[in-house]
Amino acid sequence: MTQNIQKNLSGPQLDRADTRVRNDVGLSGALRGFIDQIRSGDLGVLPVVVGLLLISTVFSALNPIFLAPNNLVNLLFDAAAVGLIALGVVCVLLLGEIDLSIGSMSGLASAMTGVLWVNSGVPLPITIIAVMFTGALVGLLFGFLRNQFEMPSFVATLAGLLALLGLQLYILGPTGSINLPFTSPLVRFGQILIMPAWLSYIVAVIPSALIVFGSMRTNQQRSAANLSSGGMSVPAAKAAILAVALVFAVFYLEQGRGVPWIFGVFVLFVAILNYALTRTQWGRSMFAVGGNAEAARRSGINVQRIRLSAFVVCSTFAALGGVFAAARLASASQQAGTGDVNLNAIAAAVIGGTSLFGGRGSAWSALLGVLVIMAISNGLTLLNLSSSLRYMITGAVLAIAVIVDSLARRSRASHGRA
Amino acid sequence: MTQKNAGPEKGELILRLRGVGKQFGAVTALEDIELDVHAGEVVALVGDNGAGKSTLVKVLAGVHQPTSGTIEYLGKKVSLDNPGKALEMGIATVFQDLALCENLDVVANLFLGHEISPWCMDEVQMEVRAWTLLQELAARIPSVREPIASLSGGQRQTVAVARSLLLDPEIIMLDEPTAALGVAQTAEVLNLIERVRDRGHGVILISHNMEDVRAVADRIVVLRLGKNNGVFTAETSHQELVSAITGASENSVSRRAARKLEEVGED
Repeated sequence: MTQNIQKNLSGPQLDRADTRVRNDVGLSGALRGFIDQIRSGDLGVLPVVVGLLLISTVFSALNPIFLAPNNLVNLLFDAAAVGLIALGVVCVLLLGEIDLSIGSMSGLASAMTGVLWVNSGVPLPITIIAVMFTGALVGLLFGFLRNQFEMPSFVATLAGLLALLGLQLYILGPTGSINLPFTSPLVRFGQILIMPAWLSYIVAVIPSALIVFGSMRTNQQRSAANLSSGGMSVPAAKAAILAVALVFAVFYLEQGRGVPWIFGVFVLFVAILNYALTRTQWGRSMFAVGGNAEAARRSGINVQRIRLSAFVVCSTFAALGGVFAAARLASASQQAGTGDVNLNAIAAAVIGGTSLFGGRGSAWSALLGVLVIMAISNGLTLLNLSSSLRYMITGAVLAIAVIVDSLARRSRASHGRA
Repeated sequence: MTQKNAGPEKGELILRLRGVGKQFGAVTALEDIELDVHAGEVVALVGDNGAGKSTLVKVLAGVHQPTSGTIEYLGKKVSLDNPGKALEMGIATVFQDLALCENLDVVANLFLGHEISPWCMDEVQMEVRAWTLLQELAARIPSVREPIASLSGGQRQTVAVARSLLLDPEIIMLDEPTAALGVAQTAEVLNLIERVRDRGHGVILISHNMEDVRAVADRIVVLRLGKNNGVFTAETSHQELVSAITGASENSVSRRAARKLEEVGED
């Protein structure tokens, strides 16, 4: 290896030897590459940005409270639970599978929290572990059905939707609703606890710091290995934009109550899953199985185990999301996890840029998508619209998201991008 | 007509198949196949469409399980339950359909399932290794950070060949490796086959291109309708090979040749 590297030091850089490739260098190059990317159907975060701008313009025109700091803080409190569920959905969507039972799973989880913790007096940490363990078991079951019987995940999880809902109603019993104590740490976490301002500001600049230090390190390694290094202008610009945006967001939220802990924990999970998907062998295998399962199998990847892991991660996140939802509502009821929870979570993942067809997506899509979905839901609530209208509008949003996904996919195919 | 390769064996027997059969429902794709591969030897597997070449490759790659027969690898009886096991043992394969993930870039495809440091992938080292591998093959890949979907057929084939070399296997099976390659790339793949052979590895080459086969093969194993139909050497005449492949000295190829000859005579 080292010989090769030294041998190449005299010649052109390893990845710059081919003269046919236009090399986009510096800021203008990055901009040109970005425009090409959008044109070919690789939309990235564009739909989310456009969506959020559109939503805030429309809703704040209809009701100025929408953009008030405290309303946005509330929005973040609401977003964490559905966001966690959407995070799990990203994993199954990456494989081209789907999980329709996530809503019921979160409902069951919140019911279990009520029954175990409030009614039976089991300590809270053990309750949460038990709930997440149940989620993992349910995921194992779906994975097993998919692997052993080749049961389409659509059908398996649709059956799961009913079965888990039944279980939720069963363990809640005739009362149908359990209130969680308002002074308990769980409910305070779900409704009141706010990150200290200094911590919020530090967290807001962490991504930029990671981008700068990460690209400095990569550039060093790349030039040491005689590969082209992109220079620092693009990462620096990215970091600056991100830092300004996030610090402003935190500053704005601090005008109200501040950044909720529950949302901070959700973002932490997003970051962890993002690392797992982009930097580990498991993540690479997930994308490979989603792109071409047979090719992945022939590369020696245990496709069945990857599928199993995806379903387990999905149901476990759904269970944890259910606990968060119970904390937010301070109750475990028959209604928990029903209605639009399922579709909101799936829509969030798709709007954020995770393809329904497998092989494309990221953990961040759950975060970005859930902001869009929650903004819509929050805005409609502010307008005092009945749930009938809210359901119709959310349904339309999901349909639009899937249409955008399909069109982008077709465009990518015709532009020779996966 | 069968002309067994009686010459001294170059090396130790790596792979030995005896009585291998494979059935897909009512169809017998392979029946009683015998195949030996020695170290430092190129064995060409030829046969018409549907002769069972690709099925045999898939059996050896662990994609399909044989319905009968034994496979001995380095003197031990083995069962190739899945592709991962075959790869681990040192049997690498370039499949005819290439088996690449279109949504991943070249580096990711090369290292799929064998990433450097699985818990924190070393992208830089993988990229360097990818470029050196591709340079060895004289590959013209514009960028290893583009998804496979943006590459041409020949470029994809080069990536697939490069991937098989990554793990330094004992045996490399190439199923139509030159079908979509240009002149220079074909020559490089043939050079590569010889280089791999000289390093003491075994090579199984499947090709319809008799020129390629003759250029590099030490032995030519002919399959016909799922059965062995003789073992030849590169010195065997073209006609003899064709008749073994088609099963008769009077066949469509010879008839066509005769007709052409007549036409020339008439002119």
